[in-house]
Amino acid sequence: MKLENASVARDRSREAVPGSAEGLTRDDRALLLRYMLLMRLSEERAITLYRQGKVPGSFYDGRGQEAISVGASFVLGPRDRACILHRDLGAHFVRGVTPDRYLANFMGRSGGVTGGKDGNMHFGDRQLGCVGMVSMLPDMAEVATGMALAFKMRGEPRVALTFFGEGSTANGQWHEAMNFAGVHQLPLVFVLENNQFAYSTPNELEFAVDPVERAAVYGFPGVKVEGNDVEAVFEAARVASERARDGDGPTLIEADTMRMHGHGAHDDMSYVPPQMFEEWARRDPIETYERRLLEQQGFSSEEMEAIRESCKIEVAEAAEAALASPMPDPRLALEGVFAERFEPLGDGQAPWSRWAGAAESAGNGHRNGDHGREARAA
Amino acid sequence: MGEMTYLDAISDGLREEMRRDGSVFCFGEDIGVFGGAFKVTDGFVDEFGKDRVLDAPLAENLIIGAATGAAIEGMRPVCEMQFADFISCGFDQLVNVAAKMHYRQGVAVPMVVRLPSGGGFSGGPFHSQNPEAWFMQAPGLKVVAPATAADAKGLLASAIRDPNPVCYLEHKGLYRHVKGDVPEGEYTVPLGEARLAREGDEISVIAYGSAVHLALQAAEELGEEIEVLDLRSLCPLDTDAILATARKTGKVLIAHEATQSCGVGGEVAALVSEHCFEDLDAPVRRLTTPDVPIPFSPPLEQRVLPQLDDMKEACRELLAY
Repeated sequence: MKLENASVARDRSREAVPGSAEGLTRDDRALLLRYMLLMRLSEERAITLYRQGKVPGSFYDGRGQEAISVGASFVLGPRDRACILHRDLGAHFVRGVTPDRYLANFMGRSGGVTGGKDGNMHFGDRQLGCVGMVSMLPDMAEVATGMALAFKMRGEPRVALTFFGEGSTANGQWHEAMNFAGVHQLPLVFVLENNQFAYSTPNELEFAVDPVERAAVYGFPGVKVEGNDVEAVFEAARVASERARDGDGPTLIEADTMRMHGHGAHDDMSYVPPQMFEEWARRDPIETYERRLLEQQGFSSEEMEAIRESCKIEVAEAAEAALASPMPDPRLALEGVFAERFEPLGDGQAPWSRWAGAAESAGNGHRNGDHGREARAA
Repeated sequence: MGEMTYLDAISDGLREEMRRDGSVFCFGEDIGVFGGAFKVTDGFVDEFGKDRVLDAPLAENLIIGAATGAAIEGMRPVCEMQFADFISCGFDQLVNVAAKMHYRQGVAVPMVVRLPSGGGFSGGPFHSQNPEAWFMQAPGLKVVAPATAADAKGLLASAIRDPNPVCYLEHKGLYRHVKGDVPEGEYTVPLGEARLAREGDEISVIAYGSAVHLALQAAEELGEEIEVLDLRSLCPLDTDAILATARKTGKVLIAHEATQSCGVGGEVAALVSEHCFEDLDAPVRRLTTPDVPIPFSPPLEQRVLPQLDDMKEACRELLAY
């Protein structure tokens, strides 16, 4: 009996996600391209700064994975919450972080999101509904689980979304998060980025069973998508977030992709077979999407060139602003260990056209409610 | 004001806070219908419902991690580790995520982790530990360890209202053996304030948790002018109170059940020697468990945990110095 159930569940996890996304306007599509470009160009600029010796410590980026963070986070409403990881710069931009604050954070400047308290991608803008990552993986999956638990306890139609790599699925905390999310059918979207390597360790040494298959045994669907197709990722996240918002529980989305840079800037990727790298290079998410917009969505090359040009200008200006930002006052190193008072997170930017006007109505009904009296089954 | 056990005072404090604030909820293993391994939440499900007295799977990192997320979203979780020892399984979320959250990102994490700690009942190496020093090495965590029933209630309420993660060490040996008057209704004891448990001018015993009771009993039996300072909060430490008693008597014994090296006693001794060198009439002494795991068999366990005779002997030595 158990076996039969498991096989039914596995079939469900293999459901294909439709290639073209619902609910995207022409402007939305331009934005998807824009955020991916903004991520690519910002990270390229950051590498230059690193090579110029302006970035203390090491450098990490998400080259080749832009479609995942942009496509998945694009579904979020203002009051949804995200835990964004180190290959997911695009999600920060979607939620409203600007490239100057990203670059300043890498350089340890006072204008960085953490003001120099933490480096590189270890940030989350609390004003934009984001809780920043820690280096231990996948710790944020459990934090996101707790946020979703709060939403469910208070009966709020909100979603928590978090990212992690396939490497994280080997860690016990991943199991703890998946299991708890399944037990309480929490409003969660787990986005698994399978970028083929955990640092240098290939998939075949990471797991015996594809992690997406495991979702079913935790009691919720797992769906696999082409991670370099921004609309496929968006569509999977849209379906998953609607499921979550409707009270139908979590979803695990596995997005197949490839980390096109080393784990960090110090890593020469000598462990990646050249043929594999070339194959993925042909599937670049930005070039792929540009072609699709041109061939299928009626975008002109001039239009797309204008998007690229505006991103270039924005990143160039951001770099100037970041470089002009002073280093933090050393006295600040001793401040902020303890909170004086609780302040709720702010809401994130929600650029998807679906949310137009949502920010104004967000206060109705769900904000500042009496948590205890509204508590519902968790 | 009514007399109750230390255990009932914890329950009472928790119940009052849950009545006062709908965002307070309990989260831990077997705390729901079963009422917890030590029955701290006995009957809570009937009053507050299953959602606010939420049974967790056997997954301590999940308990701490999910509580962190819920706290960030405005809830006030009170986690129960079934035994303090099991915090090791949730340590990553506690010290890396919760503790550092405000410093790194300005995000407050108002949560309490209740930690039934301490030995003396053949719990063995995994059900007897006093892990408070672990937390004191993780900036961002507050740490409290009540010794009396009133403080058990008042410190828990303050811990719940504090916007930071607070490790609340409740000594299992005190649960049913310590009774005292406890104010009814809402009652708070500020974090970071020590309590002068007994006045005297010959020596100072600076203690917390179970060692406070050993010190008080030793002082009575010896009939000497022994001052006993109950630290109550280990982080923040009440430095003023520590230095004041050290200056007053000039002889300091620090006592705790936790192991010795790099423990609270070492920290207090350092504070006293840094600030009170010229006031001291004797070397600062420590009475602690030696640096060994807590053994199971009664004679072995009694050999390592500080006993009343050990306390009396340590006091006598210091009095005679």
